Amino acid sequence: MKKTLRSVFLCLMLLFLYLPILILAVYSFTDSTNIGAIHGFSLHNYVTLFTTPELLGMIFGTLLLAFGSAAIATFLGTIGAIGAFYSKEKTSRMISALNEVPVVNADVVTGFSICILLVVAMHISKDTYVPLVIGHVTLSAPFVYLSVMPKIKQMDPALYEAALDLGASPRTAMNKVVIPQIVPGIVSGFGLAVTLSLDDYFIATYTKPATFDTISTYVVNATKGAQTTIKTALWALSTVIFLVVIVVVAFMNLNGKKQKGEVREKAQV
Amino acid sequence: MKFARKNLCIPYAVWLILFVALPLVVLFYYAFTDGTGQFTIFNLTGFFTDPNALGTLVYSFAIAIVTTAVCLLLAYPTAYILATGRLREKQGVILIFVMPMWINFSLRITALKELLDVIEGNLAMYPFLNSVIGMTYDFLPFMILPIYTTIMRLDPAYIEAANDLGADNREAFLKVTLPLSMPGVMSGISMVFLPAMTNYVVLDMLYNSTYIMGSLIGSYFSAYNWHGGSMIALILLGIICLFTLLGSDDEESTNARGGALL
Repeated sequence: MKKTLRSVFLCLMLLFLYLPILILAVYSFTDSTNIGAIHGFSLHNYVTLFTTPELLGMIFGTLLLAFGSAAIATFLGTIGAIGAFYSKEKTSRMISALNEVPVVNADVVTGFSICILLVVAMHISKDTYVPLVIGHVTLSAPFVYLSVMPKIKQMDPALYEAALDLGASPRTAMNKVVIPQIVPGIVSGFGLAVTLSLDDYFIATYTKPATFDTISTYVVNATKGAQTTIKTALWALSTVIFLVVIVVVAFMNLNGKKQKGEVREKAQV
Repeated sequence: MKFARKNLCIPYAVWLILFVALPLVVLFYYAFTDGTGQFTIFNLTGFFTDPNALGTLVYSFAIAIVTTAVCLLLAYPTAYILATGRLREKQGVILIFVMPMWINFSLRITALKELLDVIEGNLAMYPFLNSVIGMTYDFLPFMILPIYTTIMRLDPAYIEAANDLGADNREAFLKVTLPLSMPGVMSGISMVFLPAMTNYVVLDMLYNSTYIMGSLIGSYFSAYNWHGGSMIALILLGIICLFTLLGSDDEESTNARGGALL
């Protein structure tokens, strides 16, 4: 009885979380323009999605921004974490404190304050994309820092010393000994940075050029009276993203299990 | 320059000072000046004497409190079921519950809006209800994940010990699991409460209304009123600081935001 109750509750939660996305996915394969109406099978939403230059440009721009800003954020956050770990405690604590600000702050405030500084006070044009990229890097670098830091703390400090004793220069020891050990932290930091940028709406609205749209800003505008063809093409986009996320999550999960298994095998040997 | 490990922090420290600290200083400056650069507290007094703005503040608090409560009531049992019993061993299952986090929020809200449109007709009829539904839908995974991780970290031996000492399941839950899972609950609350107060796009998308705190910044932004907008941002920042000081400061909330634990 209790078990049934538990299962029913979990199913209801899944229904709440996934029903809207699934319904939209089903309707994206029809020629209907509203949910509820029953129509025939059609792929025209997918054709529109992949042939409209405006939509393709928007998707490509969002991805470029996400991966570009994530790359910068990963570089800055990683060397920042390494440097802070080896700095004096006062410096390290100051960096960690400032690092917390974008993490706990509301994105509206982060975006607006960056806009005030760069666009209003310093008159940097939004059309240069500089405020947008700076905004996204500022949003995501702290998360890279936070995912790299624990890996540095777990590291055996003797390894770096051993490399120096064996004749490596500090730079070589850093590149060949320290960096390889914190790679998992860097990778998950990069992944975080990409997702944060992809999901961001507020920082983009306050800093983006008027002619440029990310998926979030585009969709938000489209809900306020876009053409029906665009509206239903976005259903197709939603379905594509849903499938991509499922594949990525499944892949990461399998990969994680494989790695754990390998570690276990090594431990047994 | 000779290579030194600690110097590696310089670029990031400079970045943080330029783009995290400095914007806040400038925000502060704009909030307390008028268009001609004269010092003024009008933006502050203006906010607290404007019934409209105060109403928005109260309304945002109400929405945020109800949303957080609903999320907690749904997320705690979910996390508990997933982290105990048979499902404890199957760690992949939690992924299904937090996966929506990685799907673009604007597309998820579009999906929700289409569905609610069919069920309710005019969404603007029940603004409060729909705000809570929309935000719960958006933020729920962020509440489930931190609670799940804290319960997973609890040693099941604690419960066995409580049972051995004569506690029944209910008592063991109330006196052992629940208190020990509070850190997760606290970070879940901080993950949901602040966005619920400021994330005005959700409401904007659902029924073209933006009657919460974050939207005031948006309206000043559209009107190029940098000074008024800065003051609202500063007030929000004050509220956020207050909550951060009151709430937990452990690493979970930061991890949960992007699902970093997975």
